[in-house]
Amino acid sequence: MEPVLLANIHRSDSHTLSGYESTGGYNAYRKVLAEMSPDDLKDLVKESGLRGRGGAGFPTGLKWTFLPKNHPGPIYFCLNADESEPGTFNNRILMEEDPHQVLEGLALSCYATGAETAYFYIRYEYPLCYKRLTQALEEMYAKGLLGKNILGSGFNLDIYLHRGAAAYICGEETGLIESLEGKRAWPRIKPPFPAIEGAFRKPTVVNNVETAACVPHIVNRGVAWFRSMGVQPDPNNPRDPGSFGPKLYCLSGHIEKPGCYEAPLGITVNELIQEYGGGMLDGRRPKAAIPGGISMGLLTADEFDCPLDFSGPGRYGCLGLGTAAVVVMDETVSMVDYLHNSARFFAHESCGQCTPCREGTSWSLKMLDRIQAGRGRLIDLDLLLEIGDTIGIIPGTTICGLADGAAWPLKNAIRKFRGEFEDFIKQTNPDGYAETSPVPALHEIHGH
Amino acid sequence: MSTGDRILTDEMIAEIKEFFPRYPSRQAVTLPALHIVNEKLRHVPLQAVVEIAQLLDLAPAEVQDTLSFYGMFPQDKPHGRTRAWVCRSISCALRGGDELLEHMCDEAGIEPGQTTPDGSLTLEFAECLGACEHAPCILANEELHKSVTKEEATKLLGTFK
Ligand SMILES: Cc1cc2nc3c(=O)[nH]c(=O)nc-3n(C[C@H](O)[C@H](O)[C@H](O)COP(=O)(O)O)c2cc1C
Ligand code: SF4
Ligand code: FES
Repeated sequence: MEPVLLANIHRSDSHTLSGYESTGGYNAYRKVLAEMSPDDLKDLVKESGLRGRGGAGFPTGLKWTFLPKNHPGPIYFCLNADESEPGTFNNRILMEEDPHQVLEGLALSCYATGAETAYFYIRYEYPLCYKRLTQALEEMYAKGLLGKNILGSGFNLDIYLHRGAAAYICGEETGLIESLEGKRAWPRIKPPFPAIEGAFRKPTVVNNVETAACVPHIVNRGVAWFRSMGVQPDPNNPRDPGSFGPKLYCLSGHIEKPGCYEAPLGITVNELIQEYGGGMLDGRRPKAAIPGGISMGLLTADEFDCPLDFSGPGRYGCLGLGTAAVVVMDETVSMVDYLHNSARFFAHESCGQCTPCREGTSWSLKMLDRIQAGRGRLIDLDLLLEIGDTIGIIPGTTICGLADGAAWPLKNAIRKFRGEFEDFIKQTNPDGYAETSPVPALHEIHGH
Repeated sequence: MSTGDRILTDEMIAEIKEFFPRYPSRQAVTLPALHIVNEKLRHVPLQAVVEIAQLLDLAPAEVQDTLSFYGMFPQDKPHGRTRAWVCRSISCALRGGDELLEHMCDEAGIEPGQTTPDGSLTLEFAECLGACEHAPCILANEELHKSVTKEEATKLLGTFK
């Protein structure tokens, strides 16, 4: 397909206001402010079928309608640019190379939702994005695209950049709000949902950077264009709203040409690797792939016909599409190492509020540490599965989805590659894999 | 606690105050304030926490509670003049991220999280820097180093003064 979201990133001036305007930038904003009411825009986005690109795939227009009607305000908009899900970098590309596209989308989203203050929550590790966005905001204020009574429309909007401080959980929407308010990024128990009581206890919308970037294109090109791409709703599932529009796929790992590629929702893992990624690195055979960021679980090489739309990976035993960040592993990769890496991530990033998440993530890491060090027991595999099956059950045992994200790699790796784990344990611990052997403490293994 | 020597300079205080009109609460200025102090002093000592709390109408414990949650703000002593984060998450690990961190620690003679005795460098591991297409990668202060080999890492270490 002809790229839309990435259409201009190869221009040297793509990050400047003049560069953006020379390719039709801010036409949608001008048109909407002159001709459309907030409700018109809300309806347009609803009809387009746009679903959130931040991981959960919630229909964007619908989320906007959850705001209370005729609220005296203020209503806040938070743009989620925390992007810390391993494998994911599409938001970074958009912010670095085409910041005005993101800001136009954010401004339109604020108009639709009645927000006059937006907080652009950006992770600290993106200094270039921060610099470019700072410049872009200055250009917008200077041009009268932000501030009071924008372009004579009566609409007021301020956008503030707010920098995070290196914690994955700030990407969870209520963790983000707590962090914005100056506290530890502890996700809140829902309800109330942010649309009712969010930032500073006011109605708040949280959307992802790529979600916002889609909005100007829906205005410019229309609902029919947006719905002409992607996957129709499943007729057998009344709760499936379909997966429409272009999507940015991040491709990394053992790939010849890792990168961020734009394709319609529903492209398969194989197509992505072959048509965009230039095939496997050094022509080696694939072994597995993460379909959408590390939280989503694992596909085996036999499952690379999995379509990458919102319901595709779920049919292959994964959590979902997530951020559509595909990480490909070739046959040289040890699944023990992969799972250890994943467990280490979640144990490090759990915020610690919920016992199943805090204890489950660190327990599984300790076991994988021990297995990797050659002291595994076969029974550990069932124990790991038990942890995987109990720590993350949405909705239920934990406050946020991190625990679920930690569970799916465990469940998928051990169920789909059990033989490899068993062989590893038998080979590295030939005498001690009996189920009765005592579990050594970590300091006994590492010698400290 | 000593109240005599003020740590926050007038300049820092003015910079922090510029953030007040952006938020409906003073507490929301906590992260910006911590960043401002950390960028200047390369750490946020307890006395600075007390002073930030005063500025924001908070108890020092509230600021300390927030500070201690994030990995960004050393308290006991300043981080190095260069702070380098080596990514260890999955895409980087697949392309040698763990080995790269180990190599750099060996060369610099420190463990992850430590600072060289001359104060030039703090080496840390990072969870995904969001630049997985350039794996393995390193963020050193404001600069992203892409697809770094061990040889390049050695050279890079030589540039940190
Ligand atoms: C642990 C965790 C981390 C998350 N990290 C991010 C993130 O970095 N960026 C993001 O946009 N959404 C992230 N999300 C999803 C957000 O909670 C939220 O659903 C999303 O920002 C909504 O935007 P959207 O509707 O446009 O997708 C995360 C969720 C969880 C549970
Ligand atoms: S599930 Fe984990 S990360 Fe989420 S709130 Fe609970 S402890 Fe924190
Ligand atoms: S895994 Fe290293 S930058 Fe993403």
